Amino acid sequence: MKTLTYAQAINEALAEEMRRDEKVLVLGEDVGKLGGVFKVTKGLLEEFGPERVRDTPLSENAIIGAAVGAAIMGYRPVAEIMYMDFLHECGDQLVNHLPKMHFMTGGKLTAPAVIRTQYSLGRNTGAQHSQFFPSLYMNTPGIMVAVPSTPADAKGLIKTAIRGRNPVLFIECAALYASKGQIPEEETLIPFGKADVKRPGTDVTVVAVSRMVGEALAAADILSSEGINVEVLDPRTLVPLDTDTILESVKKTARLVTAEDSCITCGVGAEIVARVTERAMDCIENVVRIACPDIPAPFSPPLQKAYMPARDKLAESIRHIV
Amino acid sequence: MYESMVMQRMLEEKVVELYKAGFIPGLAHPYMGQEAIAAGICAVLHKEDLIVSNHRGHGHSVAKGVPEEAILSELMGKDAGMCLGLGGSMHSTDLEAGVVFSTAIVGGGIPLAVGVALALKMDKKPNCVVCFFGDGATNTGAFHEGVNLAAVWKLPVVFVCENNQYAVSVPVSKSTLASLVQRGQAHGIPGQSVDGMSVLDVYAAASVAISRAKKGEGPTFLECKTYRYTGHGAYDTGLDYRTQQEIDEWKARDPIKQFEQKLSAEKLVTSEEIENIRAATRARVENAVKFAQDRPYPSDDLLTRFVWA
Repeated sequence: MKTLTYAQAINEALAEEMRRDEKVLVLGEDVGKLGGVFKVTKGLLEEFGPERVRDTPLSENAIIGAAVGAAIMGYRPVAEIMYMDFLHECGDQLVNHLPKMHFMTGGKLTAPAVIRTQYSLGRNTGAQHSQFFPSLYMNTPGIMVAVPSTPADAKGLIKTAIRGRNPVLFIECAALYASKGQIPEEETLIPFGKADVKRPGTDVTVVAVSRMVGEALAAADILSSEGINVEVLDPRTLVPLDTDTILESVKKTARLVTAEDSCITCGVGAEIVARVTERAMDCIENVVRIACPDIPAPFSPPLQKAYMPARDKLAESIRHIV
Repeated sequence: MYESMVMQRMLEEKVVELYKAGFIPGLAHPYMGQEAIAAGICAVLHKEDLIVSNHRGHGHSVAKGVPEEAILSELMGKDAGMCLGLGGSMHSTDLEAGVVFSTAIVGGGIPLAVGVALALKMDKKPNCVVCFFGDGATNTGAFHEGVNLAAVWKLPVVFVCENNQYAVSVPVSKSTLASLVQRGQAHGIPGQSVDGMSVLDVYAAASVAISRAKKGEGPTFLECKTYRYTGHGAYDTGLDYRTQQEIDEWKARDPIKQFEQKLSAEKLVTSEEIENIRAATRARVENAVKFAQDRPYPSDDLLTRFVWA
């Protein structure tokens, strides 16, 4: 094992995949000489050259369009959209084109493009640089959605994404870029649709997404000293979503808490709760969704703190239902 | 080129008839009046060259060599369609013919074609891609983002703007102050405006643009001035916002008649040969209609088969 940050883990995966397959190319704003504003593509231009590592104009729709076009021609583009908020700039290519190429053409085209982006909630970047809205894409059939919470998951999932045959929206979390974790020395691919039990427990199931996985583990530590045994599940991919593992856990604990950095209405938790309710209504005693309120992200640090879900709020909610 | 235009016209006339009779569900956007553009451009392209089309794309498919049976079957939602009935009138893909994709989102094909061109360039292929779109598309952000990116990366793509004077009902004069050709030029690439009712003019301009793309000199913007004889869709006459006089004036310059007269005047074709082409084309269209009507609808399992690759 070795220790890498979340950003380094993705960087290493990109470099390894580019070495392995010359059809893998990287494009986006500032991905070349700068190595990305979060340094995730650092060193790629130097190693792979400007043909395969392409700085683009500030044109999100053209970035994704170019990725779609190159993907249907046999390339494996990894396009970076700097902030998740900017996905709305390329909504046409991301929603109307990329996920539907295989379907609309009766299987004649495949579009194995990976769209990397990150959300920045927690970094005081205001209402247009903080949003996390993965459930929009859970509602868009044809594109897979990955939300890694650790360096090892990030590396293993992006490798699977690049090698797969389907489009993937790969949502990173800026607050996690500097977080460190153990990475296997040998090549490890993490399958999509397989939730990870980050901490086994018996009293309550917390299904946490991205940054909230770490917060849920911290809440579990706090609560364990109070005699509450929390199980933390990380779905790792939202499409496909490993409903079976969640159900299995809820059948054991009878209590479900979802935790995410999205706004609460129609968020990831809403879908998880609906699925569990449909299939295991008899087993559930309590359900709680922890998420941001239906308010744009505020800038001022104390307001942001009040707005964001966190370990103490999560622990408090769990105490109420156990 | 003449045969292509006749097929485009006859097939499209049949499409309107079938649409009105209820055999073609959904939407259908006829290409009548614009045939010289598809014919002139595709006559310059090789089989391995590619096109990206749009919602008004039946003519492009014909001109690029998609069998009319596959076109009509797709329009009717039958299993023998180009996309097995999953696409419909606005979505054509036939890789053998070089029809990569046609999009139903105005302007959406432009960035996508840029990606196709990027792949051609990186593969060092001797081919290019032509992206067809209308005057309305030049007002989208996708147009400017896509053309600019292709210009900066010097990609082998030709942008063909079919200026048929109206974006649904709004005339170009009310949506665009600049000339359309300036819009291409504004991105630092050559732009040319041509008479889209003259197949020979289109062919000449396409020859220059396509050869430039293939030589690695980058994209060209072609504005082809034309007119659609029907309204926006097969369901629409277009008389709510256009006068009959205007329609008649454009029809007087019909691209097929013009070319016929030119070929006859130069004694390149006899009236008998013209009649033979027309009769043969009519028979092919009738056979294609029968073929498509006899095909079954796709089975229900198609619903889930291609969501994921």
